[in-house]
Amino acid sequence: MAYVELQDVRKAFGPVVALDDLRLEVQAGEFFSMLGPSGCGKTTALRIVAGFESPDRGRVVIDGKDITGVPPNRRDMGMVFQAYSLFPNMTARQNVEFGLQMRKRPPEERARRAGELLELVGLAAQGDRYPYQLSGGQQQRVALARALAIEPRVLLLDEPLSALDARVRVQLREEIRRIQTRLGITSLYVTHDQEEALSISDRVAVMSAGRIEQVATPPEIYGAPATPFVAEFVGTMNRLEATVVDGERGRVSYAGREIGADAVRGRRSGERVLVLIRPEAMAVEALPDGGVPEGSLVGRVAAQVFLGAVTRLKIETEGSGELLTADLPSTGASGFQAGTRVAARFTPDVPRVLDLPPAR
Amino acid sequence: MRRGSWRSALWLVLGAGYFLVPLLATAQFSLKVTRESYGLDAYRRILADPLFRESLLFSFRLAVYTIVLALALLVPTAYWVHLKLPRLRPAIEFLSVLPFVVPPIVLVVGLLRGFRWTPNWFYGGYLILVAGYVVLAFPYAYRALDAGLRALDIHTLTEAAQSLGANWTTVLLRVIIPNLRTALLSAAFLTLAIVMGEFTMGVLMQFTTFAVYINYVGETQATGAAALSLISFGITWLAMLGILLVGRRIGGRQVQIGGTH
Repeated sequence: MAYVELQDVRKAFGPVVALDDLRLEVQAGEFFSMLGPSGCGKTTALRIVAGFESPDRGRVVIDGKDITGVPPNRRDMGMVFQAYSLFPNMTARQNVEFGLQMRKRPPEERARRAGELLELVGLAAQGDRYPYQLSGGQQQRVALARALAIEPRVLLLDEPLSALDARVRVQLREEIRRIQTRLGITSLYVTHDQEEALSISDRVAVMSAGRIEQVATPPEIYGAPATPFVAEFVGTMNRLEATVVDGERGRVSYAGREIGADAVRGRRSGERVLVLIRPEAMAVEALPDGGVPEGSLVGRVAAQVFLGAVTRLKIETEGSGELLTADLPSTGASGFQAGTRVAARFTPDVPRVLDLPPAR
Repeated sequence: MRRGSWRSALWLVLGAGYFLVPLLATAQFSLKVTRESYGLDAYRRILADPLFRESLLFSFRLAVYTIVLALALLVPTAYWVHLKLPRLRPAIEFLSVLPFVVPPIVLVVGLLRGFRWTPNWFYGGYLILVAGYVVLAFPYAYRALDAGLRALDIHTLTEAAQSLGANWTTVLLRVIIPNLRTALLSAAFLTLAIVMGEFTMGVLMQFTTFAVYINYVGETQATGAAALSLISFGITWLAMLGILLVGRRIGGRQVQIGGTH
């Protein structure tokens, strides 16, 4: 049985439906992320679990018990907020002890536990500092220690890294994951940063417009997106609107070229499909003599973007004029200057194929 | 010295003169015993007058009651409005300027009529004056609190405290109020200054408050009135100095010195 359940939760703010019959199950000890763009409802879902918002209908169940009507101060949820939330009038240690004070734990136990947790987040020496004396990263570490001090049933993290700079974000997210794994605490993490979600989660729910598009492990989300939205939102994806020409052999037609896509096997000829290919799965070769290799897409390099280890080519496809994206190792990208005529190919087992969504 | 510095110095001297010359003139007059001699007679007379001490302590007591009542009413109200009813803020702000618009005589009549039904220990005593002073202090105290609440992320602090197990009272007493200390002090001292100087309500309700006493002395003793003005001025300045010192001590440490890293 799932440890945290959201059962058909609906929440609207006036005419705006933030959550549309959301169903979610998180297992005990799992690090579960809710990923999606702004306004997709992920924070609302987290706030409903925390008790700061009430659902219009549906239930929140923790460990088999319905807690939908329980006020937030009786839910035993530790929460780390997006904004800095340390109490400015208290030192880091007093902040960590606050939840234990509310639980009327003896002073010795409070001091010991606060010491342990500050040690755990690497701030044992900063316990007597006030929030204004701590950097943003340190404040969020203390906030994490404070949330963990009460030994919560669920740890809720609402974009806790978004106010930090890039380097600290990476460092702290790894730290959060290390601590979560060590304590085995069930965690719900909200973020709009796909890299963050994919790198630290056991499972990810990709959300859009108050609904869940897909729940899966990070490799599945990246490698096998279930919907066009997931394909577009997570990572960079080439989206080719193609027509099945041979469902038996797995062939589709795109921009006047016939290419192989095993995933269309069994589909009817003439069926419109969305062929999805990651940029790193594309092989690119220059076409100096005007020849066109079979089963490849042809175009001209429109732009070259250096990204460090890889260089991203934007290729304007002949026939459709659409831009394809291909990532090459930077060491071998020097021959693909803008204007170069190239052929882009991929093996037929690479593309993922989805039904083409109706035109908007 | 550069030309700009001379100009600054000149403006400083003119500005200081604007404030200091009347004070010095009042001080000089208050020290006059006869046409040629100076002394502290006026101060001795005032300080020896039992009515001075009585009216001062009475006004001070009224000020303390007003501060307690105003803060007890306004802190939870302002907090709740900020937290849950932000749409009511314009309405509260409108209400808060009403005491400026309504003439004191109307306010007094309104108070006396409005509270007629109340028990005699309230209606017959000085507590009705406290009720009136709370109304007068409302604009100043509310605005001070409003500014303090705007400077705090009260939503996040409240939710953080709640998630750790705090109930509403604990959130208010342990988290919000300690972080509003500067605003509370401002509200308290502004209220103190208003009550210590308020004349109309006191005289219309026939209480001998400090301001009423000052007026009485002004009608009966020329140098005594000047001395009393300076004493009153000193009390107000001490109150303001209190705000400045306490505010600097508390407010000064709220400046973030850590980076985002």
